[in-house]
Amino acid sequence: MATAIYRIIKHALEHLWRQRLLSVATLVVMVMTLFAFGSLIVGNHILTSALNSIQEKIDISVYFKTTTPEDQILNIQKTLQQMSQVKSVQYISNAQALQIFEQQHANDPTISQALNELGTNPLSASLNIKANNPNDYPVIANYLNGSQVSGLVENVSYNQNQLVIKRLAEIINISREAGLILTIILAFAATLIAFNTILIAIYSNREEVEIMRFVGASNTFISGPYIIEGVVYGIIAAVISLLILTPVVFVISPYMQVFIPGFSLQQYFIGNLVLLFLYEIIFGSVIGIISGMIALRRYLKK
Amino acid sequence: MIAFQNVYKKYNGHEALIDVSFRISPKEFVSLVGRSGAGKSTVIKMLIGEEKPTSGRVTFGRYDVNKVRPKDLPQLRRHIGTIFQDFRLLPNKTAAENVSFALEVASRSEKEIEELVPEVLDLVGLSDKAGNFISELSGGEKQRVAIARAMVNRPEVIVADEPTGNLDPFNSLEIINLLKKINDLGTTVILATHNKDIVNQLGRRVLTMENGRLIRDEENGRYSLA
Repeated sequence: MATAIYRIIKHALEHLWRQRLLSVATLVVMVMTLFAFGSLIVGNHILTSALNSIQEKIDISVYFKTTTPEDQILNIQKTLQQMSQVKSVQYISNAQALQIFEQQHANDPTISQALNELGTNPLSASLNIKANNPNDYPVIANYLNGSQVSGLVENVSYNQNQLVIKRLAEIINISREAGLILTIILAFAATLIAFNTILIAIYSNREEVEIMRFVGASNTFISGPYIIEGVVYGIIAAVISLLILTPVVFVISPYMQVFIPGFSLQQYFIGNLVLLFLYEIIFGSVIGIISGMIALRRYLKK
Repeated sequence: MIAFQNVYKKYNGHEALIDVSFRISPKEFVSLVGRSGAGKSTVIKMLIGEEKPTSGRVTFGRYDVNKVRPKDLPQLRRHIGTIFQDFRLLPNKTAAENVSFALEVASRSEKEIEELVPEVLDLVGLSDKAGNFISELSGGEKQRVAIARAMVNRPEVIVADEPTGNLDPFNSLEIINLLKKINDLGTTVILATHNKDIVNQLGRRVLTMENGRLIRDEENGRYSLA
């Protein structure tokens, strides 16, 4: 058994080396496939992060009448927090609102003067609500516009921004779907190309397979080396494609940070390098093995 | 030990073999002659289990070729050394590696391989070409590698299908002499050929085929087709 495995591996490596040209051609296609595969994973992460960051910016603010007591506002906050659509609710009291307002206009003497002259705090307390999904804002807005709450409310920002939020939610949804479909199509195309390349490589060896059969080689002994070759292609191609992908990620990472604040592609890439490498090896080897077996089945059948 | 009993074979409406019966005993040297399309190759293919008869029975030792499962074919083929007109050597391997491949598939040990390969290469006179790739060898040398590969597992039978078809008369004679030598060492040899001179010079048993039928079976036969 050990001898058989040793011989299969020996024949595989020997074959790879002696058919260098064919091996390199196959490897180049595998590298491109795995590069596309890796890029798709990274690209998908960029898209998701960008969409999440946009989504983070959408919220609804409810401004309460200055006469509304604080405990009622806190009650509404509690109710909102219990809704499944709601991700977070932040309470901003009128004192906090004033503080924020003053900070924002610290360099504007006319405004601070006007506030001083007013004597009382003219700002209302508010709740800042974020939904889990941008599609859920209408539900939340419905509750806020309902008869229980509306009497206490001065203004719900959703009512003015409704159209923009709706459109943004649609854009986000379409982008996610488009991203997914594009990923599937590209991954499928890349896989098909790699498959074909290996099928052709083995097709060019069909005579060899025939000869081995005549000499009395078992199917395992014939197909073993081709399967090992598939795995070797997968591993080498995974290493090379990551070596190409790494500098690309490092170059585009700073640009991404400009578009998506607080997002580091570089950090994500380094953090997931091992996993990405593992995915690529598995993906590459599986392509190699399956296409090898499909091709061999035809020549081993008789 | 090899027996064809009323073997009939039909391919897509074409009758390749009609009622062919013969026996070949161990250590015989039998020539199978006939024009192209007479059915020689079909007989050879049945011997190595590449084709099965439509009716009738083909037996090789303990194997009933009709009933051999695909899984057991490699086993059967290790008992038969096969030599072809087009050599059928592995192009990416050297002469020695081609020979050792036959031993490897038969699960022989590395030590045996190290001993046997130089021995048979010496027997066919190719010791100095052991490390050459197949593309670096002449036609006659390629056929000698094929013979070395066919005999290295010490098969009971060597089947040669037009082994001299691609060779000049000088190389042809060498190949036939090698086959005679192998036969002298105790291996049955079945030689399919349409080389008249070779058959007449051999003076051994001749099976003559015509249009799928076995028309003559003579000891000390001659090639007698017009």
